[in-house]
Amino acid sequence: MGWSAVKLLTILCQNFMDVEYHSRMSIPAIRFENVSRHFGNVKAVDEANLEIRDGEFFSMLGPSGSGKTTCLRMIAGFDRPTLGNIYLYGQDVSNLPPYERDVNTVFQDYALFPHMTVEDNIAYGLMIKRISKTERHKQVDDMLDLVQLPGFGYRKPSQLSGGQRQRVALARALINHPKVLLLDEPLGALDLKLRQQMQVELKAIQKSVGITFIFVTHDQEEALAMSDRIAVFNEGRIQQVGTPSDIYERPASPFVAGFVGTSNLISGEIAKRITGSEEMFSIRPEKIHLDSTNSEPEKDMLCIDGVIRDVVYLGLFTRYLVEIEGGNDLVVVVQNLKTTSMDVLSAKGQKVRLHWHKDHISRVGG
Amino acid sequence: MLNRASTYLYQRPKLILALLLGPPMLYMLVVYIGSLFTLLINSFFYLEEFTGLIVRQFTLRTYLQLFSPTNLGIFGRTAGMAMAVTIADAIIAFPLAYYIARYASPRLKTFLYIAVTLPLWSSYIVRVYAWKLILAKEGIISWFLHLFGLQPVLDGILSIPAIGGSSLSLSPIGMFITFCYIWLPYMIVPIQTALERVPKSLLEASSDLGANAAQTFRNVILPLAFPGVVAGSIFTFSLTLGDFIVPQSLGNSRFFIGQAVYSYQGTAGNIPLAAAMTMGPVVIMVAYLLIARKLGAFDAL
Repeated sequence: MGWSAVKLLTILCQNFMDVEYHSRMSIPAIRFENVSRHFGNVKAVDEANLEIRDGEFFSMLGPSGSGKTTCLRMIAGFDRPTLGNIYLYGQDVSNLPPYERDVNTVFQDYALFPHMTVEDNIAYGLMIKRISKTERHKQVDDMLDLVQLPGFGYRKPSQLSGGQRQRVALARALINHPKVLLLDEPLGALDLKLRQQMQVELKAIQKSVGITFIFVTHDQEEALAMSDRIAVFNEGRIQQVGTPSDIYERPASPFVAGFVGTSNLISGEIAKRITGSEEMFSIRPEKIHLDSTNSEPEKDMLCIDGVIRDVVYLGLFTRYLVEIEGGNDLVVVVQNLKTTSMDVLSAKGQKVRLHWHKDHISRVGG
Repeated sequence: MLNRASTYLYQRPKLILALLLGPPMLYMLVVYIGSLFTLLINSFFYLEEFTGLIVRQFTLRTYLQLFSPTNLGIFGRTAGMAMAVTIADAIIAFPLAYYIARYASPRLKTFLYIAVTLPLWSSYIVRVYAWKLILAKEGIISWFLHLFGLQPVLDGILSIPAIGGSSLSLSPIGMFITFCYIWLPYMIVPIQTALERVPKSLLEASSDLGANAAQTFRNVILPLAFPGVVAGSIFTFSLTLGDFIVPQSLGNSRFFIGQAVYSYQGTAGNIPLAAAMTMGPVVIMVAYLLIARKLGAFDAL
C-alpha cells in the first residue's frame, strides 16, 4: 500500500514535470505586453508587443534612437517600463532589479572591470553566488576555452585587444547560464573582418549553449546574417517581426523596405500603370532585369521603360540609376557576369526596358 | 617674420620641448628640490649647546635627538591626529562625493562644487579662529548643548585623558574637528573625480551579474574610487602632519610636529634639529605611500 502510493506519486510527479517541461518550451522566453517607456515627452518605446521564442537568435534592428536599446535595457532591468509588462518565461519581471533576473548582458563598451583580471571578471557572477574558488577556476577555464582565449585568465582587460575583450564579456555573461543573453551592439567597435568572424562565432556559440540570444544592432546585414527572427524598430515602434527572408522579401512598411537593404518604392500614377493599383509597393534592385526596349515581356512579368541616368561600376556588380517615364528614379543592380567596366559605363543615356516578376513586389501600404 | 620663427620651431620639436619645459624645470630644480636639499644638509649639522653655534660638520647626533621621548611623543601624536583626520574626512567625504558624481543634476553639481571649494577662497587663519570661537566655552556648541541639557555629555567627553581638555577650543578633540573641516575639500574633490571616471555601465554590469547595491559598492565602486581616496588622504594626512597654526590656536601645551619645528628654528635657534624634525613627515609620507601602493591603491590608475 505504502509502496504503490510512492510509485503513484512518482508517476504523477514525472507527468507533472513533463507537462512543466513542455509548457516551458512553448512559453515565450520574453513577452512584451503593451510596453511603453517615456522619457519626459519622448516616447522611446511606444506600446510594444513582442514574443521572443525559447532558444532563438533574435535581433532588434533599427536606427539609433528607435527604441531597440531601451527595450533591451528593460529586459535587463536597467530601465523600467512606464506602462505595460515584461515576462521572462511567463514570470512578470517588469519591476525586478537586474540582480534578480536570470538574464545577462554583453555591453556595447564591454564594461569589463578594469581593476580585475580576466579570470576575476569572468568569475564575478559566481563569486557573488559564493561558489568555491576551485569550482570558479574550473568553470572559468571552460569558458575561456569556449571563447577561444585559453590561458588569458591572468591578464588585465587593458592588456587585451577589442576582439578579446568582446570574448571576455561574452564569457562573463555566459558563465552564469542565463535564461536569456542580451547583446547590445557587441560588434559595433570591431573592424569589418573581425566583426564578420565574430558573427560566425557568436552564432556557433549560441547553437552550442542553446540559450536565447537577443541581439541589438543597427547593421541590417548583421541582423540578416545571424538571426532566426528580426524585429525592426523605428521611432519607438516595432515595424515588423519576422525571419530574415520575411523582412527582406516581404517588408511590411516603406520604412522596413528602405532600412533593410535598398528598395525602390513606387506609388501613385506610375504604380497604377505597372500593377493596375495606386497602392505603394517596393521592388528590390537586384530583382529588376534590364533589357532592350524592343524585348517582349514574358508571362507574369511587370515592365516599364526608362533611360539610364547614371552608372556606378562596383566590380562585383554595377548599379544603374534609371529614370522611368513620369519622373521616378529606380536603382537597378546587375551582377557583372560577362560585362566589364567599359561595357557598363557606355550604357549611360540608353533607353531600356525594366521588368521583374510580379511575385517579387511587396505591397507596403501608405 | 613670425611665420618663419614658427616654421623654424615646427621643424625642431626638441627645441620646443626645451623651451616649454626649461623654465619650470629650472624652477623645480633650484627653488624646490634645491631648498629641500639644503634642508637635508642642515639636518646633518648640529647645534653646539654651550656656544649656541651651528657646527657644519656631518653628524647623525641631531637625528639621534629625534628619538628622545618628547620628540617621539610629538611624532606619535601628530601622526595619530593625521590618521584620525584622514579617516574621518574619507568617511564624511565619500557619500558627498558620491552624490555629486552620480546623482546631482548638472546645475546642482556646479553649485555643490562651488559650495565645497568656497571655504578655500577665504583665509585659512580666519577659518581657524572662527572655529576657535565656535568651540569656545562660551561658543555656540556649548550654548546649543546647554539648551538641551547635554552639557554633562560634553564634560564627559572632555574629561577623557588623551583627547580631552578644559574646553573644546583647548583640546585635541577641538583640533580634530577643525582639521577635519579645514581639509575636507581636499578629500572630496579627488574622490569625486575618481568616481566620475567610473563608467555607469560597470555598475550596471555588476548588478546584471547578480550583485546587489552593497556588493557592487564593495566590489566595483570602492576599489575604483580607492585611488581617489588615497590621493585625498595624501592631502589631508600631509597637511595635518605639517600644520602648526591649528595646534597653536586650539591645542594644549603638548606639541605637534609643525609647532616643534617652528619653535626649534625660531626661539631655540636650533636649525639642524628643526630640519631633522621636518624629515620626519617626509619619511612618514614615503612609508604611507609605499603601504598604499602595497594595498593596491594605484593599481586602477
